Amino acid sequence: MPIEILMPALSPTMTEGTLAKWLKSEGDEIKAGDVLAEIETDKATMEVEAVDEGRLGKILVAAGTAGVAVNQPIAVLLEEGEETGAIAAKPAPKAEVPMPAAGPAPAPAPASASHAARPNGAAHGDRVFASPLARRLAAQAGIELAMIRGSGPNGRIVRADVEAAAKGGAPARPPAAAEPAVAALAQVAAGPAPAAKPAPVPAAGGNAKELSDKLGMRYKEVPNTSMRKTIARRLTEAKQTVPHFYLTIDCQVDELLKVRAELNSRSDDYKLSVNDFVIRAVALGLKKVPAANAAWSDDAILMYDNADVSVAVATPSGLITPIIKTAEGKGLAQISNEMKDLAKRARDGKLKPEEYLGGTFSVSNLGMFGIRQFEAIINPPQGCILAVGAGEQRPVVKDGALVVATVMTCTLSADHRVVDGAVGAEFLAVFKKYIEDPLTMLL
Amino acid sequence: MADQYDIIVIGGGPGGYVAAIRAAQLGMKTVLVEREHLGGICLNWGCIPTKALLRSAEVFTNMKHADAFGLSVKDIGYDLKKVVERSRKVASQLSGGVKHLLKKNKVTVLDGQGKLLGGGKVGVEKDGKAVADLAGKHIIIATGARARVLPGLEPDGKLVWTYKEAMVPDIMPKSLLVVGSGAIGIEFASFYRQLGVEVTVVEVMERVLPVEDEEISVFARKSFEKQGMRILTATTVKGLKRNGVNVTATLEGNGKSQDITIDRVIMAVGIAHNTENLGLENTRVRLDRGHIVANEWLQTDEPGVYAIGDVTGPPWLAHKASHEGVICVEKIAGLNDVHPLDMRKIPGCTYCTPQVASVGLSEKKAKEKGYEVKIGRFPFVGNGKAIALGEPEGMVKTVFDARTGELLGAHMVGAEVTELIQGYTIAKTLETTEAELMHTVFPHPTLSEMMHESVLDAYGRAIHF
Repeated sequence: MPIEILMPALSPTMTEGTLAKWLKSEGDEIKAGDVLAEIETDKATMEVEAVDEGRLGKILVAAGTAGVAVNQPIAVLLEEGEETGAIAAKPAPKAEVPMPAAGPAPAPAPASASHAARPNGAAHGDRVFASPLARRLAAQAGIELAMIRGSGPNGRIVRADVEAAAKGGAPARPPAAAEPAVAALAQVAAGPAPAAKPAPVPAAGGNAKELSDKLGMRYKEVPNTSMRKTIARRLTEAKQTVPHFYLTIDCQVDELLKVRAELNSRSDDYKLSVNDFVIRAVALGLKKVPAANAAWSDDAILMYDNADVSVAVATPSGLITPIIKTAEGKGLAQISNEMKDLAKRARDGKLKPEEYLGGTFSVSNLGMFGIRQFEAIINPPQGCILAVGAGEQRPVVKDGALVVATVMTCTLSADHRVVDGAVGAEFLAVFKKYIEDPLTMLL
Repeated sequence: MADQYDIIVIGGGPGGYVAAIRAAQLGMKTVLVEREHLGGICLNWGCIPTKALLRSAEVFTNMKHADAFGLSVKDIGYDLKKVVERSRKVASQLSGGVKHLLKKNKVTVLDGQGKLLGGGKVGVEKDGKAVADLAGKHIIIATGARARVLPGLEPDGKLVWTYKEAMVPDIMPKSLLVVGSGAIGIEFASFYRQLGVEVTVVEVMERVLPVEDEEISVFARKSFEKQGMRILTATTVKGLKRNGVNVTATLEGNGKSQDITIDRVIMAVGIAHNTENLGLENTRVRLDRGHIVANEWLQTDEPGVYAIGDVTGPPWLAHKASHEGVICVEKIAGLNDVHPLDMRKIPGCTYCTPQVASVGLSEKKAKEKGYEVKIGRFPFVGNGKAIALGEPEGMVKTVFDARTGELLGAHMVGAEVTELIQGYTIAKTLETTEAELMHTVFPHPTLSEMMHESVLDAYGRAIHF
C-alpha cells in the first residue's frame, strides 16, 4: 500500500504552513529519518523526516506552496515493489479553510462585559474576508489568502483577486478614484479611509494603502510574511487587550562589567554578555518574587514553577523569542552558550517550536543600539517584559557627591491583571540588587 | 446663460431616474430631462403594466380552475376595458411615485427632449421650442430603446401592433399572431391565450425563449402548447397582407410556406436603441450596431458623457439599467467600492405561465466555455408547497463548475420562480459554492426548498426525489 505523507503539525497551534522546499525528488529511495522537505511556519523553518522507508512515488504539493493545511497529503511513499501506478487517482487534496489560530492565552474578559463578550476582533484578529469561491480557488491554487489584496466590498477577496494572484500578477490595485464632481465630495473621498474596514490587523488611523494611493504617494510593497503577520496580530492584541503599566529603574553596572571582564578573562569556553547577566538576574528575581512569574487566565492566575526566560532576538524576517528554560537553575556560562546557539538558529529560521513557545517572562535588550530606555509590549500570555537599555556613563550622586557611574536603565512592562504595581516594584528592586551586586548571582 | 448642474440625465426610465436620485443623494446638483413619462417604458408601457395584465389573466385562469380547489364560481368572464384600466392605473400610480421621489431628492425635472450640444452643454426642446439651456460636467444618456421594426412588417397600430397597442387593446381579437418568442412576445402570447384567444407564436430560432437554457425552453414550450398555444419555431414571417379587418401572414419554415389569417399581429422582434436626435454628432460618442459604446464605468468616448441601460445594448433589462445608473454616478462621485456590473450576475425573468427565471450561464453555454459541469434538477412535483398550491409543473435546474463548485447558472420554470431567482443571484454575487448553498436552511414548506434540492441533486444528494 502506498503511504501518504501528511503535512505535519509542527506546533500545537499550527493549522497550515508553507512547503518551502523538497529535498528529495520523485523516484528517490527514502530511509526512515531522511529529511524529505522543509516546512515554513509563521515562526520557523522545520524539516520533515521520513518515518517509513520506500521510494518517493509522487510529490502532491509543489515546493513553494503556501497555506498547506495540516494533515493534507503532501507526497506518496511507495513500498518495495510498488509501482507509481499503485497511487490511486485521487481528487485534489482539499485544503481546509484555515481556522483562526487558537489564541495564545484564553481571551481576557473585558472588565464590564459578560463572559460571552469578546474584545472586538481580538479573538479573530487574523480573519481574512474572502468569498467562499475565492477561498476554494486559493486553496486549489495553493495561494495564501492573506497574501491577496481584496477588491470586493470592504476589501473582501473575491474570485477575480485570486485569479489575478494565480496568474502571478500583483493583485490589481483599485483604479484611482475619479475626479470628484463637487468640492463637498472631494473631502469625503480624500478623508481617511473608514476605520471600520476589516483587515487582518486594524491599521490605526485608516488604511495606509488607500490613503497613499489616493494621495499618489510612491512606495514599494513588501508582502507580509506569515511571521510578520503573527507579530502584528499578537502585538496588536497585547497592546489592545492587556492593561500595561510601566516601572523604570536605574541600575549601576560598573561592578557587573568588572566581574564580567574578570570571568571572561579566565576561560575561552564562554564569552559572557551583559544580557546573560540580565537573564540570570531576571531568573533569580522571579524565584524570589514568584508573583511576577505569572500569567492571566479567566479563572485563575497561573504562577509558574520555573523561570523560562524568553529573549527577544531580531531576525531578518522579524522578531522571535527563543527561551532559556529553567534559567534559575543555569549558570552564566550555560545561559551564555545556550543563548548564542538559540540566537543563531533563530536568525536562520531553524528554531523548533518548543524552543520559542511557552516562556514565562520576556527580556528585550536594545542596549547595543545605544537606546537609553524604552517600554516593550508584553508578549502574551506572559505577565511581564523587561526592556533593557544601554549601560552608559552618567553623572550620579553618591553620598552627596557627584560621581560618574555606568548606569543601565530597565523598564518593566507588566500586565496589571496579574502583577500589581508593588509586585512589579519589588521584582525590579530584587533584580537591581543582583545586577548591582553580581557576585550574589554567582551563588 | 445656461443653468449649471453637476449631472444632467437625459431619459427618465429606470436607468435615468435611479441615476438622478443616487446623484442627488451624493450631493450633486442634478437635472433630469424626460420627453414623455417619468419611469420610462418599463413603468408606463413595459414591465409594470404587463404584470398587471398578466395578473388579471392569472386570476381568470384560477377562477376557471376553481373547481379543482373545491370552489365554485359562476359566470366567469372578464371586462377587457376594466382589465386595461387597472393596468393603466397601476402604471400611473407608479409614475406618480417616481415624480415624488425625484422631487423629494431635489432633482430638477424638465419636460422635453434633451440634445447634446458639445462641450458639456445640453439643449432642451419641447414641441420644437427651446425650453432650457443646461451645462454640466457630467451628462448621462439613458434614453432607452423601442420596438424594432422589420421592413415589410411595419406595425400600423390597428391590425399590426407593437407592445404599446397590445397593452391597451380596444377589442379582444379572436386570433392572434405573435412574432418573436422572447420575453415580450411570450408574455403577450400568454396573456391573450389565457383570456381565450387563439394564439400562434412564430420564432425564427430553433426554440422559444431562445436566451434561456435549452431544457427550460423545451419545458416551457410543452407547457404553452398544452395550454393551446400554437408554436412554430425556425419560422419567419415573409409578409403580412392587411385585409382591413384581419391580416394574412405568410409563414415560412422547415422548407414550407403557409398562409394563416388572424385578427391581429403583435410584433416583438427585438428592440432598437434610441440614439436619434440626441446630438451625438456633436460628440465623440461612438455607436456599435445601433447602441452606444460605453466602458465598464459607463463612460463613452466623449469625456464627461456617459450612457446607461438599454441604449448601451443587451441585456435590455430595467434592473440592469438602474444598476448601471448607480455605478456610473458613484464612479463620478469618486466613491470607494464601486464595482463594474458583471453581466453573468444579472437575473432575467419572464412572466408567462409558467414563469421562467434564470441567472448566469446555461448548461450549453457553460460547456461551450470549457467548464466541466455538474447539473442539478428538481421538479415541482417533488415539492410539497407546489403540490399544495396546485402548481405541480416546473423545474429548478442548477449548473455548477465541477472543479470549483462555483454556481455558474440557475434556470427555473414554474409558478413564482421569478420571485425565487433572487436567492441564487445573491449566492452568485457572494460567490458561494455548492457547500454554502447546501448548508443554507430553506424554510418548509416553500417553493424555495426546490432550490436547495436542485443543488443537492447536482452532487447526487437530493432528498425528496
